[in-house]
Amino acid sequence: MAALTTGFYAASKGGAGDPTAGGSSGGKCSFRRKSPAPGSGGGVRWRSIAGTRPSVRNGQLLVSAGLPALDQLLGGGLAVGTLLLIEEDKYNIYSNLLFKYFLAEGIVCGHTLLLASAKEDPDDILQELPEPLHDDKYKKELDEVSSHKSQGELDISMKIAWRYQNLPKMEQDGPGSSSRFGHYYDVSKRMSQEMIHSVKCHRFFLPEEITSLPNVESCALTHGYTKLLHSIQRIISEEGFNGSCPQKKQKNILRIGIQSLGSPLWGDDICCADTPEHLHSLTKFLYVLRGLLRMSLSTCIITVPSHLIQNKAITARIRNLSDTVVGLESFLGGEKEANSLYKDFHGLIHIHQIPRLNSLIGDVSDMKDLAFKLQRKVFTIERLHLPPDLSDTVSRSSKRDLVESAKQLSLGCSVMAGGKEHLDF
Amino acid sequence: MFPELNNLLNVSPEKPEQGTFTLLCNNKTDGSFLVHHFLSFYLKANCKVCFVALLQSFSHYNIVGQKLGVNLIAARDRGQLVFLEGLKSTVEILFGSEEQPNTLKFFRESDTDLKSLFELVHKALTPSGDGDAASWKFPVLLVDDLSVLLSLGVRAVAVLDFIQSCRATVCWQLKGNVVALVHDSDKTEDEENALLMNALGHQSSLILRAEGLLTGFCKDVHGQLKILWRGLQQPKAEQTRSLIYQYKIQDKNVTFFAKGLSPAVL
Repeated sequence: MAALTTGFYAASKGGAGDPTAGGSSGGKCSFRRKSPAPGSGGGVRWRSIAGTRPSVRNGQLLVSAGLPALDQLLGGGLAVGTLLLIEEDKYNIYSNLLFKYFLAEGIVCGHTLLLASAKEDPDDILQELPEPLHDDKYKKELDEVSSHKSQGELDISMKIAWRYQNLPKMEQDGPGSSSRFGHYYDVSKRMSQEMIHSVKCHRFFLPEEITSLPNVESCALTHGYTKLLHSIQRIISEEGFNGSCPQKKQKNILRIGIQSLGSPLWGDDICCADTPEHLHSLTKFLYVLRGLLRMSLSTCIITVPSHLIQNKAITARIRNLSDTVVGLESFLGGEKEANSLYKDFHGLIHIHQIPRLNSLIGDVSDMKDLAFKLQRKVFTIERLHLPPDLSDTVSRSSKRDLVESAKQLSLGCSVMAGGKEHLDF
Repeated sequence: MFPELNNLLNVSPEKPEQGTFTLLCNNKTDGSFLVHHFLSFYLKANCKVCFVALLQSFSHYNIVGQKLGVNLIAARDRGQLVFLEGLKSTVEILFGSEEQPNTLKFFRESDTDLKSLFELVHKALTPSGDGDAASWKFPVLLVDDLSVLLSLGVRAVAVLDFIQSCRATVCWQLKGNVVALVHDSDKTEDEENALLMNALGHQSSLILRAEGLLTGFCKDVHGQLKILWRGLQQPKAEQTRSLIYQYKIQDKNVTFFAKGLSPAVL
C-alpha cells in the first residue's frame, strides 16, 4: 500500500515508485496516490514505514506528535515534511514536555532522531524521556484520576444537565485502538536505557560545534544556525532520507528536535533587543529548514521563546514560515493562577495554525478553547469548561472577572479565520 | 479555477482581461486558494505562466491543480508553465556547488535587489521568437508570496522595484498580467509589510482580500472575500466598485455567497 509524502520521490510514468539516485535537482517531483486496491501492491514497492499512517482525508503521510490528544487536534498527526512550531510558555516547562513526547514517540516507533540544543547536552535530554505506558496501565491511570475527583463530589451523575453527561471531554481514540499510531507515556518514570539506545540518535550541541570557524557558505545567518543547517543536510543526505540511497529497502523517518531556537544561546539577539541586528537570521534559517524538510522524509519540532521576542513582526513571520503552530500559555506565576476559573488546569493551549498541504483545506478541529493539565503521570488536553459560579457572594465584580477571562479565551481561537473584535454574548 | 469566482469577477478563460495587476491579500486567514484559482485559470486560458513559488513545493500545487482540472507537469513539459521553486533553489544555493546559476542571489547577502529574479522572469516570459511561443495568448506572472521575501532579508523598497519592473515588462510591454499574494498585517505589527501592501494596493487594478469573519471561527463559513475594482486604465475616473462575499472552501471547489446567506443557515 502506498502512502503520500509531501512529495519528492520522482515518479516514472505509471510504473514503480523507485526514487532516482542522487536526489537530482532536475527530478520531477511527484508521489504516489493511495492505490485503489490497497492490498494489490502492483508496481509500487513501498513498504509502509513504522510509526506512520496515511491521513484519512488526502492520504498524506502522518507521524504522531507523541500525544494522541494533540494528534487529534492537528488533524490526525504531523505530516511528514513539515515543521511543528511550539511557542514556549513562560518558564519552558510544558513546551519542554511536548518536546520530549515527540522524541519519545520517535524512539518507540524506531525512527532516527536528531537532537539539537544550545543549552542542554542532548544526551541529558535523552535520559529524561518519559517511559511508554502499556494499554492496561493507561486505563488504570485514567480510572485513578477520575476516582480522585469523584471523592470530593457528592453527585457524580448530573441531575439537571443530564444530557451533557454523555458528552465526551475530548474526542478520544483510546489506547486500545487498532492502529498503533500514538502512544501514551508516563511522565513520572524514565525511559529505559536499552530502549534509548535501540535507535540511532544524532546530536548537535552548540558549544561543541561552534569552536571552528565556518568555512562553508553562510548567507548572512548566524554561525550557530549555519552549522546546524549543514549538520541537518549532511545527515539527511548521508543516511538517505531524501531518496539518495535507493539500495536501502527499509525507509525510515528522521525526527529533528531543536530546542529554544531564537534564544540568545544560539547567538541570536531577537529576544534581547527591540531592533535586533540579526533581524532575518531566524527567518532565513526557517526557510532553508522548510526546504530541507520538504525534500526528505523528516519532521521537525522546534520550540521558540516567542514571549521574549519584542518585535511582533518577527513572531508573525516565524508563524508564516512554519506549518503547524501550537502556543502554550501556562498559568504559573500569572494573574490567572489565582483565578478560580482555571483552578482545574495548568494552562491554555492554542492551535494557531494548521497546514493546508496538497489540498485547498486543512483539518481543523472544532474545539477552540483548550486547556491542558499535567497530572502526576499524564499530560491531558481538554476542552476548557467554566465551572459554575458557586461563590457565596455572586457579586458584580466577580462577574466582570469572568467576562474578562472569557474574553481572553476566544481571542486565541480561529485557525481558519480570526475576527478583530470580540462580541461578548 | 472556481466557476463562481469567475462569475463574480466577470471573466472567463475564453476572454480574460489583459494588462492588469491583481493583488491578493489575506488577513488572519489563508488566501492560498486564490493562488490556486488564478494558476488554473490562466493555464486553462492558454496563457504562458511564470510561477514564482516561494512557499510551497511543486508537488503541492500539482496535486491541488489536478483537483481543479489542470496538469502542471504536462504544462511544464510543453513549455506553458515556467516554475521557479524557491525552496529547492535556496537549498541548492546553501549546500550546492558554486557553479549553480544563482537566481536567488539575494539570499546570500542582505540589502540586495531582486534583479536576478527579474531577469529570470523576463527571460521566461519574453517570446523567444520561435514558432511555438506565439501559440500562447499572453504572458502571466504569478508570485506566491511576496511577504516571504521580506522575511528573507529583502527590503520592501527592493520588492516594490521588482514588481514595478515586472509590471512595466509584463503588463505594459507584453500586454500580460501580474498576480501577486501579500499578507495583510497591521501597521503596528509589521511595518515593512504594511508599506508593501499599501503601495501595491495603489498600483493594482483588482484587489482580492480574503479575511476572517469578524465574529471568529465558523465551520460553514470560512471567511470573507472583498473584491475591489479600481479603474486605473480608464480615461475618466471611474468609481471604484467593491463587493463583499463570504465563502466556504471544499475539497475541489470554493462556493461563494452573499453575506449571511450561507447554505448552512438558510
